[in-house]
Amino acid sequence: MMLSSCGDGVLDPHGPIGLAERLILTDATAVMLAVVIPVIVLTLAFAWWFRAGNQRARYQPDWQYSGRIELIIWAIPALLIAFLGGMAWITSHDLDPPKPLVSKEAAVEIEVVSLDWRWLFIYPSQGIATVNQLTVPVGVPIHFRLTSTSVMNSFFIPQLGSQIYTMPGMTTQLNLQADQAGTYKGLSAQFSGDGFSDMHFALVVTSPAQFQQWLGETRARGGGLNQAVFAELARPSHATEPLSYGQVDPELFNTVASGKIATQWSAEEAR
Amino acid sequence: MFGRLSWAVIPFDQPIIMITVATVGVVLASVLGLVTVKGWWPYLWREWITSVDHKRIGVMYMILALVMLIRGFSDAIMMRTQQALAAGNAAGYLPPEHYDQVFSAHGTIMIFFMAMPFVIGLMNFAVPLQLGVRDVAFPVLNSVSFWLTAAGVLLINLSLFVGEFARTGWLAYPPLSELAYSPGVGVDYYLWSLQISGLGTLLSGINLTTTILKMRAPGMGYRRMPVFCWTALASNLLIVAAFPVLTATFAMLLLDRYCGFHFFTNDLGGSPMMYVSLIWIWGHPEVYILILPAFGVFSEVVATFSGRALFGYRSMVLATMAICVLSFMVWLHHFFTMGAGADVNAFFGIMTMIIAVPTGVKIFNWLFTLYGGRVRFTVPIYWTLGFMVTFVIGGMTGVLMAIPPADFVLHNSLFLIAHFHNVAIGGVVFGVMAGYTYWFPKAFGFKLNERIGKAVFWCWFFGFYLAFMPLYALGLMGATRRMQHYPDLHWQPLMLVALAGAGLILCGIILTGVQLAVSIRARGRNRDLTGDPWNGRTLEWSIPSPPPAWNFTHLPEVDRTDAYWAAKDGSGPALAHATDRPVAAVHVPRNTPTGVFVAFFAVVLGFALIWRIEWLAVIGLIGAAAVGLRQAWQKDREMIITADEVSEFERLNVRKPA
Amino acid sequence: MSATSESLGLEPAIPLSQQGPAPARVVAGFGFWLFLLSDIILFAVLFASYAVLSSAIAGGPAGVELFDKRHVFLETLCLLTSSVTCGFGTLAVARTDARALYLWMLATFALGAAFLWMEVSEFAGMVSLGAGPSHSAFLSSFFALVGTHGLHVTLGLVWLVLMLLQVATLGFQPMVARRFFCFGLFWHALDIVWIGVFSIVYLGAH
Repeated sequence: MMLSSCGDGVLDPHGPIGLAERLILTDATAVMLAVVIPVIVLTLAFAWWFRAGNQRARYQPDWQYSGRIELIIWAIPALLIAFLGGMAWITSHDLDPPKPLVSKEAAVEIEVVSLDWRWLFIYPSQGIATVNQLTVPVGVPIHFRLTSTSVMNSFFIPQLGSQIYTMPGMTTQLNLQADQAGTYKGLSAQFSGDGFSDMHFALVVTSPAQFQQWLGETRARGGGLNQAVFAELARPSHATEPLSYGQVDPELFNTVASGKIATQWSAEEAR
Repeated sequence: MFGRLSWAVIPFDQPIIMITVATVGVVLASVLGLVTVKGWWPYLWREWITSVDHKRIGVMYMILALVMLIRGFSDAIMMRTQQALAAGNAAGYLPPEHYDQVFSAHGTIMIFFMAMPFVIGLMNFAVPLQLGVRDVAFPVLNSVSFWLTAAGVLLINLSLFVGEFARTGWLAYPPLSELAYSPGVGVDYYLWSLQISGLGTLLSGINLTTTILKMRAPGMGYRRMPVFCWTALASNLLIVAAFPVLTATFAMLLLDRYCGFHFFTNDLGGSPMMYVSLIWIWGHPEVYILILPAFGVFSEVVATFSGRALFGYRSMVLATMAICVLSFMVWLHHFFTMGAGADVNAFFGIMTMIIAVPTGVKIFNWLFTLYGGRVRFTVPIYWTLGFMVTFVIGGMTGVLMAIPPADFVLHNSLFLIAHFHNVAIGGVVFGVMAGYTYWFPKAFGFKLNERIGKAVFWCWFFGFYLAFMPLYALGLMGATRRMQHYPDLHWQPLMLVALAGAGLILCGIILTGVQLAVSIRARGRNRDLTGDPWNGRTLEWSIPSPPPAWNFTHLPEVDRTDAYWAAKDGSGPALAHATDRPVAAVHVPRNTPTGVFVAFFAVVLGFALIWRIEWLAVIGLIGAAAVGLRQAWQKDREMIITADEVSEFERLNVRKPA
Repeated sequence: MSATSESLGLEPAIPLSQQGPAPARVVAGFGFWLFLLSDIILFAVLFASYAVLSSAIAGGPAGVELFDKRHVFLETLCLLTSSVTCGFGTLAVARTDARALYLWMLATFALGAAFLWMEVSEFAGMVSLGAGPSHSAFLSSFFALVGTHGLHVTLGLVWLVLMLLQVATLGFQPMVARRFFCFGLFWHALDIVWIGVFSIVYLGAH
């Protein structure tokens, strides 16, 4: 039952980062279960066998110490942790969010700003921007630079892998890649206020050709995103439809990321 | 004149709150009315409210915890219900501004006002008895600590109907908790209630640490102390070291909110990331403060009900102190996703895993205590076996998330929520329930009903799995925490199962109340006349149930661990407090209203600061200081219980041999 | 104690840990040490915050522009000397010499008050220059750290007055002597914290 209903989550990744992370989850769990399951079985077995009514069990009230057992009970967890610790060290470095993905393709650059309570995606090389919809080409690494306009959020696409916090006045980085076309769910994973549950966005993964087409369409649709428009966009608002802008001020992300235009909520909006 | 206080802050337009307040009001009025009509006030004032006896204070802590369990659990039922209803982006019945307060209150109450008081209550009750001494190091301070905790409880409950509570989650991260994004009184209620009770907790930590290190029966060197006292020592050392961090961090946030400082603001150089680091430097030791005494309870219970000595005493002690030290070196695992870099993340991930080693050692030691024992399946053993089976799963998922890239996909998801409830319920709750059942006869002189006790266990056990296994699955499916609604309809069946689990746990809580009522009514039949209903091993079972105010008529002299067990089976000398020795008069500390009065003024001060009523705050401060001064000039602080009174007590309580 | 019986060649001494509950003076002192440790951890957090935020001057004045080393030197002199006078006062308690006690403790009070006066005037000066705590994270952390120390000094002075009143009204009871001992620990600990403050904040200003 469990496996059939996890069709669009962490256990069904569609990108190299997510795949690597799922492997960690399954391998680490398997290794630990090899210790946990026997412990559970032994707990119930010992309790049952050594129950007070069982005449056949040997009562050893003063047996308090055994060097051999002592060695084993320290060694088992220690060996397990040595293995998992090594895994932690290696994978932390391999899957460090700012580490660029190895690929023949050049990365698509995307700048992300978490607003209250929606997501702004700026494509600096293409000069366009969207709200609550992220479109990327398949099989191409995506390099994200992220910030927030007011409070902390966390940018997360479960089927692609790692999440990363967005913080006001700071820039975080993330590298992901989608290896299969389709639509995926994105969300914020760090509580950010009353509209938090609305911070869903769609990740649309298309072929490179369709991606170019989409870029053209977006530019054609027009609409400009500069600081003034941004200030409006950043006002607290709940669930909204996706938006797009055909033209973006190239310095906008850096200005926001520097913390110079953090959004304040009015007393009304903070209610 | 009244700061920000006005009639408008009372939520007359919110039916759920109004009904709750009305119900609480009726219950409170009934209880107070009953006490008045029956003329119980003098007794309550003299024997409980002004008591400085560690046994009384311990019991009061636990009563407070059980009452707050009801409040915290009501929040849980509300959350589960909302999430069961709000699939497919349905609105549910709790709008976000209320839902956000509910989950913030749930976490705050369960950790600070349920788990902490329960654990501190158990340690307060049992540690001096196990150490063979008359009381804790500073009995008056003990009373102050309890009442300051109660003051915090009162303030947080006031927030329900006078104003609002924080909407930031139980740790109130900035920038969200700063004035710019939380201008209301909610975060102020949170901060002041925790600062006041935090002071009480810190003082309690100092008290118990001093007691364990400086006040033990003659002959009881460190290696002859019961394991529960070792875990209590570790826990209280952690309190002394960690709570000042909480106090300082909250003080900085308060300075930001009240005086325009910029520790954690978005502008003028503040650093919200620093708050996250500081709060978890407190936060991680906090969970070990809670779990270590629970581990101690399990050690006592497993040994007692297996009828044999705890296996591996020395490695248990080593493991306990190792956990104590290591708990300060893992805090960053709570925010791997904040972007600290691979080296830092990996370091803290590995340190987190290392802490699993001494924990694993403990599990094995309990396992080998069962081995070769004669296990009696009493209620405390049920809780212990349930813990051993459940906690290892929670520990496993914790070690899993200690691998930073695994955490990158699980952080803040329902998988995380399932993990920490797994260890908190399977570890802390099971532990305090075991301790509650185990020491109840010592405190009150009669046992709790066994059959209902087992039913309570099964409700919690199955209820926990039903409520939280779906959450592990949901987390893997991409569900994050604190959702007031969610788009995926196919998550709803799992949410409904989780709600059913919460319902089962509710049955367990109700049955706990039933068990208490039934046991009190049947107390004549279940009276413990021996002082040793479980055939125990440690010193508390060598005195009558309930013990006299002075605990031990003669301080026991011990020459080994489990000295009472050895005295019983003849393998060791009789404890030097046998009734054949001449009885001397005993000095006990006199009762004092200092604690309750200080707490009263603390509530006044807290409330005044929350609502910005300056003159009232001054009154609160001066009042608290005045009470302190009165206590400082108190010369007559001891009461003498004459040798005759002691002898009379001993005569009336001759124990039937076990 | 145990050392004596051992040196006399009698049976092995009972370790301190097995000698039963310690006397009240030891218990009170130990408890107060633990409280002081917790207080030092509180200061450690404030020091850490200062370290993190000391460069966050938000375009405003930095420490090196604001601090007057001569002023700080005088403050330090007052505080450290007050520790010496406090030490002599504590000796007077042991001798139950009321007159000496009052003299030394009044000197301690005067020096402590002088320290506070100078610190308050420093703060007031900074505020009047537009360098109050609400002007940058650096200034917030400065005022919080140094101000918390100053608050402790203030509470110490209040405590000192109360202790002198206790001696005057209750005499040299064991309870009073214990409290003086704790006060001495507190006052010296504040000195140690101040050494940290002037090293890290004032001498380390950049």
